Amino acid sequence: MIHVEHLRKLFGDVRAVDGISFEVARGEVVGLLGPNGAGKTTTMRVLTGYLRSDEGTVSVDGIPVGDDSVEARRRIGYLPENAPIYDDMEVCEYLGYVGRLRGMRGAKLREAIAEMVQTCGLAEVAGRTTGKLSKGFRQRAGLAAAMIHRPPILILDEPTSGLDPNQISEIRELIRNIGKQRTVVLSTHILQEVEATCQRAIIINSGKLVGHGTVEELKRRSQSKSAYVVTVGAARDRISDALKALGGVSFGEWLCDDTSPRQRLSLTSEDGADRAEEIFKWAVEQGLTLTELSRTGASLEQVFKELTQNR
Amino acid sequence: MNNTITIAWREFRAYFLSPIAYVYLTAFLVAVNWLFFRGFFIIGKADMRIFFEMMPWIFLFLVPAVTMGKWAEERRQGTLETLMTLPVSDSHVVLGKFLAGLWLVASALALTWPAAITVWFVGNLDWGPVIGGYAGALLLGGSCLALGLCVSSLTRSQIVAFVGGVAAIFVLLIVGSPLVIGGAGTPLTRLLGYSSLGTHFVSISRGVIDSRDVLYYLSFMGFFLFLNLVITKSKARG
Repeated sequence: MIHVEHLRKLFGDVRAVDGISFEVARGEVVGLLGPNGAGKTTTMRVLTGYLRSDEGTVSVDGIPVGDDSVEARRRIGYLPENAPIYDDMEVCEYLGYVGRLRGMRGAKLREAIAEMVQTCGLAEVAGRTTGKLSKGFRQRAGLAAAMIHRPPILILDEPTSGLDPNQISEIRELIRNIGKQRTVVLSTHILQEVEATCQRAIIINSGKLVGHGTVEELKRRSQSKSAYVVTVGAARDRISDALKALGGVSFGEWLCDDTSPRQRLSLTSEDGADRAEEIFKWAVEQGLTLTELSRTGASLEQVFKELTQNR
Repeated sequence: MNNTITIAWREFRAYFLSPIAYVYLTAFLVAVNWLFFRGFFIIGKADMRIFFEMMPWIFLFLVPAVTMGKWAEERRQGTLETLMTLPVSDSHVVLGKFLAGLWLVASALALTWPAAITVWFVGNLDWGPVIGGYAGALLLGGSCLALGLCVSSLTRSQIVAFVGGVAAIFVLLIVGSPLVIGGAGTPLTRLLGYSSLGTHFVSISRGVIDSRDVLYYLSFMGFFLFLNLVITKSKARG
């Protein structure tokens, strides 16, 4: 559905995107992941035909995205970062404007607007001026405008940025539903978002592709060993002494200040095997009270850190 | 063409959704009527020559006020990204914005009808030159608009767009005046005279429509709209 090959985009001397290739299949929900300034927005802007690429080819549904890529743009619904919409228009009026520029008219347009108002939960603000909307409604209005023509491909640039936790889960739910019928590419630097909504992730860092695959694949590929967080009801010195008797597990770091009566610390399994049982037995043998023992495993967060910091 | 009209209609409505259109129309009508009638009763001739003669100087300040936000504001708000990822070709966007401005200038000109009617009542107004004058004023206004839009597409600041627009129109207005070219008939001064917005308006303000002047204004608009398109393509689409 989306095909990107050796995409390169320069801004002066800055290589915003430096030779990225990837593919997105029909019906997939893919997360474009990376730290701020990694080139996510630029990649999306090229995909949607807003920016020209300097090198490489991008095609959407078999249609090359290049100069005057009107044909490709028809197939894409795009929500730019921060959902820019005309502040002086009413929500429905804005949806109508975008719909009309997408070639929709009359009853078909009215139906589409009504459907989008329903899907995106805009009923209570339908007649309000977009400039007076809260950030969450604004984002939803932007999303509604992006989907008004029922595009096979949706490209969403940080769809949940700046929203409160309730709004975030609403938007994620919305995206999951949309993703059942459409191809979705969304960018984010929030990792839970990828785990919550995407089947696959593409990780980029300073303009380069550093990892891609399903979330599980990425986790498996990580070099991180199993990690544990432990809370022990004893002083720091006592725990340090006791740790010498614990084999196969190495100390990570203290996770609290050194005067607190309960000490929280992280431990890592040296060979990656599960050591929870050993840790529990060790605590009992040493006469320490365990109030917490949890396995953090190789989180996507660790994978992300490894991939984006080591290079 | 449909897209152009859709865009033009939205942009035109946007003028009226903000105070811009009302401030603009009021300022235009007050300035024009005051300046015209002040001179009209002194000269005591039943024509509208002084009315049209001052148009370039009115447009000098009022047209950049219309064009300053057209690109600059879209850039600043980021709506340009939405607009330019819709299946609409860039030339339609440029043309739509131009048409919206032209409708506003045309509305402003149309609203000066009481002045013409007054002259017609008071004296024996010859309508030919008046209609010619209005058509010419619209051509001049359109040219200033195309130039102002072009300047607006270069910046994301409305103030810079306004001042830049005034400066650009001013230079092209005076470049052909005798004060600048000194009246000598060298090829350069002839070229300057020919390229000036002001020179071509002299005979129009007298009510004489010369096809060369019409052609000049049309190609002026065409040139700057095209330049606007090129700037948009290279600047926004990087």
